[in-house]
Amino acid sequence: MAVQYLAANRFGLGRRFDEPAIEDPKDWLIRQIGEYDPAPAAIAGLAGREAIATAYAEYRDERQAMRREAKNAADEGAEVEAMRRRSRADFRRHYADAASARLAAAVATPTPFAERLVHFWANHFAISADKQTVRGFAGNYENEAIRPHVMGKFADLLTAAVHHPAMLLFLDQAQSFGPDSQFATRVRNRGRRQAPGLNENLAREIMELHTLGVRAGYTQADVTNFAKALTGLTVAGIGRGAGQRLMPADARRGETLFVDRLHQPGALTILGKRYDQPGGKQAEAVLRDLAVHPATARHVATKLARHFTSDEPPATLVDRLAGDFEKTGGDLPSLYRTLIASPEPWTATPTMFKSPWDWTVSMLRALKTPGLGERQNIAAMFTQLGQPVWRPGSPKGYDDMVATWAGSAALMQRVELASRIAGRIGDRADARALAPLVLADALTPETSQAISRADSPGQGLAMLFASPAFLRR
Amino acid sequence: MILSRRSILLSGITVAAAGALPGFAYAAASTPKRLVFVIQRGAADGLATVAPTGDPALAAARRAIADETAGGPKLDGMFTLHPSLAQTAGLYTGKQAHFAHAVATAYRDRSHFDGQNMLEGGGSRPYGRDDGWVGRLLTLLPAAERDAIAIAPAVPLALRGSVQVGTYAPSRLPQADADLIARLTAMYADDPLLHPLWDSAVKTQELASDIGGNNGRNGADLGKLAASLMLPADGARVMMVETGGWDTHSGQRGRLAAQLRGLDQLIGALQAGLGPAWNDTLVIVATEFGRTVEVNGTGGTDHGTASTAMLLGGGLEAGGKVSADWPGLGAAARYEGRDLKPTRSLEGVIASAVAHHYALDPKRVMTTLYPDV
Repeated sequence: MAVQYLAANRFGLGRRFDEPAIEDPKDWLIRQIGEYDPAPAAIAGLAGREAIATAYAEYRDERQAMRREAKNAADEGAEVEAMRRRSRADFRRHYADAASARLAAAVATPTPFAERLVHFWANHFAISADKQTVRGFAGNYENEAIRPHVMGKFADLLTAAVHHPAMLLFLDQAQSFGPDSQFATRVRNRGRRQAPGLNENLAREIMELHTLGVRAGYTQADVTNFAKALTGLTVAGIGRGAGQRLMPADARRGETLFVDRLHQPGALTILGKRYDQPGGKQAEAVLRDLAVHPATARHVATKLARHFTSDEPPATLVDRLAGDFEKTGGDLPSLYRTLIASPEPWTATPTMFKSPWDWTVSMLRALKTPGLGERQNIAAMFTQLGQPVWRPGSPKGYDDMVATWAGSAALMQRVELASRIAGRIGDRADARALAPLVLADALTPETSQAISRADSPGQGLAMLFASPAFLRR
Repeated sequence: MILSRRSILLSGITVAAAGALPGFAYAAASTPKRLVFVIQRGAADGLATVAPTGDPALAAARRAIADETAGGPKLDGMFTLHPSLAQTAGLYTGKQAHFAHAVATAYRDRSHFDGQNMLEGGGSRPYGRDDGWVGRLLTLLPAAERDAIAIAPAVPLALRGSVQVGTYAPSRLPQADADLIARLTAMYADDPLLHPLWDSAVKTQELASDIGGNNGRNGADLGKLAASLMLPADGARVMMVETGGWDTHSGQRGRLAAQLRGLDQLIGALQAGLGPAWNDTLVIVATEFGRTVEVNGTGGTDHGTASTAMLLGGGLEAGGKVSADWPGLGAAARYEGRDLKPTRSLEGVIASAVAHHYALDPKRVMTTLYPDV
């Protein structure tokens, strides 16, 4: 059993070159729950919601204006194209900056277990930056909706995630209107066009992915009614169409709003319970109930257990975590303590295959000399490694199985990156000295020997990072 | 603007930029000698590259792939060139190509890595030397002709030695060098998850880096790049170009045709790119060992012993000729009953071509390039 390696890599993000050896793994992890800083320095300088929303809106407006101009003056095409590229670059910058900051925070953090949990929950409540409206908000979502709540109640985390503009835009909530809302009724009465209606996307994914889990006993009527309850929630200054005109005059771009005239009025029954709260209080009440539902407890317990054991998490651990969740009403630090105290995550040798993110972070943490150049495009690097940052492509997030990441091309990509980084570092790091530090009790005599026989310091470093142990957690 | 080779490398400007600067090639008063060593990693089949179609045993041994070279140009009464090598055939006609057949290094086993180590290092046993024959050759050359570069992410063994050597790897070339790949192959050998993944990754990478890819255009691009690095007045004078994908254990007919097409385009682009400098250029194409005389059960051939080496350039000693002390392909004539028997040393062929090219004393060249052989 490689308990030190497991503590540092299964629970943490890999040992930093300047960190002392982990004397008492469980104590080291428990302490991080209290020492966690939800606003690390690395993310301090990032743009806020209003600036992000403005950059997007300007990009969109310019694009529309330029389409019109392009029709009028075909000969100005080049200039128009240049402007378009500039505004697109502005609006993409927020995503690239945030991805770089995320990596910097992960590499620097003194509480890597807590940081791993930030990544875990951001993936549980996944948004995907391949939707243009979402892209700029992706980093802000993790930093403002996820980070502040990973050491709190699951219900608060859920509520924050669902109310963030990134989620509302990603799952089309900004385009969902109560069929009998004042707004829809007025449009219908004018009879000019199809009345705006419901979009069930967010309601379904909250039930299926964020809380209860797939096939957990809810019906289509539950989904529809929940979608109705959620109507009214929207984002100012981003969405299109008539709904935007209903925003209050003082609403700031990128702000999450509840607009009563978009909300489906009346009481609703969801999972056998009647909700008759007024306006936005109705959906909040549903969310509070979903957050502590026994099916949610089991769903969350299973995902958490899998993340810290293996593809098929031991039932004993899932039961224990689910029981703890129900008993404490989804108190996350309590779950983490139960997890740390449980024998299951500690019984095996490292079997999980590190994701490209985990692997890269652990590699950079091990190096005193920065492994990447100042101008390295972080977002592009993770795209090449097969795990684009905040872009899993679906609301389900990235799968958390060995087979998700253990592919042959992916392995070669890692070896190539390790080789490139090792080439930069050269003899400024000694893999023979580094191996016992980063692999700790997972260092095998074979790996040690292979590293010591490398034909150059750089090759030794590449072999350390490509070693079977270092690829796993 | 002074555009040195180094700045070309650093700025990533390659073929197009160098070509856009007229007068570049003629800046030097005299045309110095240039040498290009093209290594064929994976054991290229000499019997299909320069096929001994005049040997009565060939057709019976090669069976299904006996007509691999059908339609290729006849080089003499005995040998036919593979039809993919059209531009090379043109060089042969112009006495700018020479093929040395039934040649091998001193290596007599059948491991790629050991064989390549011998081909590059020029020692008498695998891993016997930590410098290479090209690296040692540099010590014999005047300073103006000593500037060497490899198109590879790291300096290959052949170029290692006391003289500093540059490398250039276009970003599309794989970053992980063959040696690291071999070491990781050993490291993952007992890992049930990583072993099969890695096997498949390595195979895929070999395919992607083949010069035969993209209908030979990968080869042409490589040749163009090589010429652009050697053409400038302060450009490289000695170069090593890596080619992989020659290990044709199965489906040899199509794969080898593509590989040779890529090689042919590489040579053609190199000649075109060097222009008049081609007349003072020697290109040596060699592989670590040959392949079995008999076709195997999967339309391919397995690791053998002797193969063919190519000498190309404007000033060959015996251009337009195939040289061979032909051993014959009959079962009794083969090495260990299966391989083309080596009747001449590849080291001797390389040393004498190099000595002629640089007008150096052949004996001195031989003892410098191959001190142990």
